[in-house]
Amino acid sequence: MATSNYQPKNRFLRAFNEQLPILSLIHDSLGPGYRAPKNLNYWWNFGSLAGFCLIVQIVTGIVLVMHYTPHADLAFDSVEHIMRDVNYGWLLRYIHANGASMFFIVVYIHIFRGLFYGSYRSPRETLWFLGVIIYLLMMATGFMGYVLPWGQMSFWGATVITNLFSAVPLVGDEIVTFLWGGYSVDNPTLQRFFSLHYLLPFVILGMVILHIWALHIPGSNNPLGIDVQGPQDQVPFHPYYTAKDAFGLGLFLIFFAVFVFYFPNFLGHPDNYIEANPMVTPAHIVPEWYYLPFYAILRAIPDKLGGVVAMFAAILILFAMPWLDGSKARSSRFRPIYRTFLWLFVANAILLGYVGANSPDDFLHLGGVDISFLTLGRIATAYYFLFFLVIVPVVSRWEEPLPLPKSINEEVLKKAAKAAPAE
Amino acid sequence: MKAMFKKTGLIVSLASALVSGGFGAAQAAGGSAELKHLDWSFNGMFGRYDDASLQRGFQVYREVCSACHSLKHIAFRNLTDIGFSEAEVKALAAQYEIVDGPDEFGDMYTREGRPSDRIPGPFENEQQARASNGGALPPDLSLVAKSRVGGPDYIYSLLTGYHEPPAGVELRAGMNYNAVFPGNQIAMAPPLFEDMVEFADGTPATVEQMAEDVSHFLMWAAEPKLEERKSMGFRVLLFLIIMTGLFYFANKKVWLPVKRGENV
Repeated sequence: MATSNYQPKNRFLRAFNEQLPILSLIHDSLGPGYRAPKNLNYWWNFGSLAGFCLIVQIVTGIVLVMHYTPHADLAFDSVEHIMRDVNYGWLLRYIHANGASMFFIVVYIHIFRGLFYGSYRSPRETLWFLGVIIYLLMMATGFMGYVLPWGQMSFWGATVITNLFSAVPLVGDEIVTFLWGGYSVDNPTLQRFFSLHYLLPFVILGMVILHIWALHIPGSNNPLGIDVQGPQDQVPFHPYYTAKDAFGLGLFLIFFAVFVFYFPNFLGHPDNYIEANPMVTPAHIVPEWYYLPFYAILRAIPDKLGGVVAMFAAILILFAMPWLDGSKARSSRFRPIYRTFLWLFVANAILLGYVGANSPDDFLHLGGVDISFLTLGRIATAYYFLFFLVIVPVVSRWEEPLPLPKSINEEVLKKAAKAAPAE
Repeated sequence: MKAMFKKTGLIVSLASALVSGGFGAAQAAGGSAELKHLDWSFNGMFGRYDDASLQRGFQVYREVCSACHSLKHIAFRNLTDIGFSEAEVKALAAQYEIVDGPDEFGDMYTREGRPSDRIPGPFENEQQARASNGGALPPDLSLVAKSRVGGPDYIYSLLTGYHEPPAGVELRAGMNYNAVFPGNQIAMAPPLFEDMVEFADGTPATVEQMAEDVSHFLMWAAEPKLEERKSMGFRVLLFLIIMTGLFYFANKKVWLPVKRGENV
C-alpha cells in the first residue's frame, strides 16, 4: 500500500487520523484510495460476498449462542426453544443454517474464479494460500457447527468424520479418543466442538484480513490475466466497485432470502430434527452438501487410510496450483483447450457431489444402463486427480495461448467504441 | 446489460445446480410406495394454516394419537395460535394433571395444568412406553412433520397406507403392513377408523379427513412460525427486489464515464 495522501476535511478527524491513521487505512483499502483494474467482471463480486457471509454468520451466531445450551441433554431442546419461544429465533437460526450453505456456494464460485483466471499465479501465491487456509478453516467450522443442534445427523456425522482419524497408523485410536474427549461421541465432544465453533470464525476473520492485505500488495487480477500498466488501466474502488458490489449483494440477498423464507430446510437433512440417539443409526449417514464431493472421494478408495489421504489430498492439492500451472497466460480466456478441461473439472466436481449424496451400493439408471455409484465415484475421483496431476501441468505448458491484449485500457476502449454506435 | 444478465443467470444457475445436484438424491431414500401429495393450504408463497383443520387435527391427536404419542415441545398456551381462546386453553389445560414440586415439605404433588405447561405425554419414560407397546417406541410427534422425508404428505400417506400384506410378504409378530413406512412393517396398528371422533363443526370423520387434519396439525406443531415466515419473506423479497433495482441503476450511472471510454 502506498503512503496515503488522504486528509479528512473535518479538522478533528484530521487530528485523529494523524494519531491513528485508521481512516487512511479504510480510504486506501476499500475507498477511493485503492485502485482496481477497470475490467473486473461479475465473477469478482464473490470476494466481497464471502466477506459479507462471514459477518452474517458471526452476528447471527453470537445472538444464537445467547439462547443455545451446549449440553448433550439440552442442546436439541434449546434449538427448539430458539425456534419456538425466542423472538425471531426461527429467523436467526434459519439465516445461520442457510447462511453456512450460502457461504460455501459463494466461496466455491470464488475459488473457481481464481482457477479460471489464474489468480493463484505469481505474484499472488500468498493470497491463494491464505484463501485455501480460509477454506480449510471453513470446512472445520461448518462441520462442528452442524454437530451443535445434536440431531441424528449431527451425532452420526460427527461419529463418521472423527472416526476417519482412526485410520492414522499407530496412534489413530488415541487421536480419536483425544478428539472425542472420551470413548464415544458424547457431551465432551459437543462442548469442545461448541468452543471451537465459536473460536474458528474469528480465526477466519483474521485470515480474511491477511487475505485482503495480501490482495492489496499486487492488486486484483483481472479477466485478461495481464498486469496493470498504469492508472489508465484502473478505476478507484469506491465508487466503482462499491456500486457494483452493492448490486451483486442485492442479487445474492434475493437468492439467500428465497432459501431462508421459503425453503429453510431444503439444504438440511430431515433426520436432524430427530434428537441424537447413539442406539439408532440412520439408514444413510450423509454430510452437508458442501462436503459431498470429498465424501465421494473418501468412499471411492477401497482402503480406509488411502481414502482419508485422498480426501485430504483433494483439498491440499490446491496449494500446488501455482507450480502445477506453467502457462504463459494466466487467464483461461486465452487457453481454449485448458478451459475445456477446467469446465469438465467443474462438471466432475458436481458429479462427485451427486455421488457423495448416494449410497455406493446404489445404481444410477441412465437410459437402459445401470452404473453403480461406486464405479461412478471412482471414475470421477480419477478425473479429479488426473486434472491436477497431469492435465494442468501438461496442457498449461503445451498449449500456446492466444495472443494477449496489449493493455487492459485498450480492451476497455475497444468495447466502448463497439458500444458507442448503439447509443 | 443483456450480456450482464446472461452472466448473472449463469452464476445463479451454477449455484443452484451445485445445490440441487448435490442434494436431490440425498433425500431419495425412504418408503417404497409413492407418497400421496395433498394440496395443503400452507403450501406456496402465501401459504397459511387452516385453523378449522388445525383444531380438528388437534382433536384427533388428543383423542387418538395421544394414547401413545407425546407432543413435548408444545405448550397449552401455543394452542391460541390455532384459534382457541385463552379461556378455552385454560379450561383444556385444567383437565390435565401435572406433577410439580417439590413443595415446602420437599414433596412432589399434582396440580391442575396451566396454559404455560407443556402438554404431558402418555408415558413416564422410554421404558414404560416400550413396555406398553410391545417393545416399540412411539416417537414424539412435535417435529415429525419435519423429520420425515415428505413431511405432512408422508404422515398422511402413512395413516392412509395400511393394507393387507401382498402375497409372499410375511409379517413379523405384532407388525402391520404399511405401503410407505420404510421396510413396510410398522408396529403401530392402523390408528384411524371411520367416525372414531366426532367433529364439533360437523365435518364427517372419514379416515382420510382425520389423516389430513392431523397431518395439518402436526405440520403446525413442527413449524409454528410458518405463516410469519412466509409473510415476512414476501415483504423482504419485495424490498430486496426494489433495492437491487436501485443498485442496478446506481451502478450503471456510476460506470457510465468508464463505459464511454473516459479515464477516471
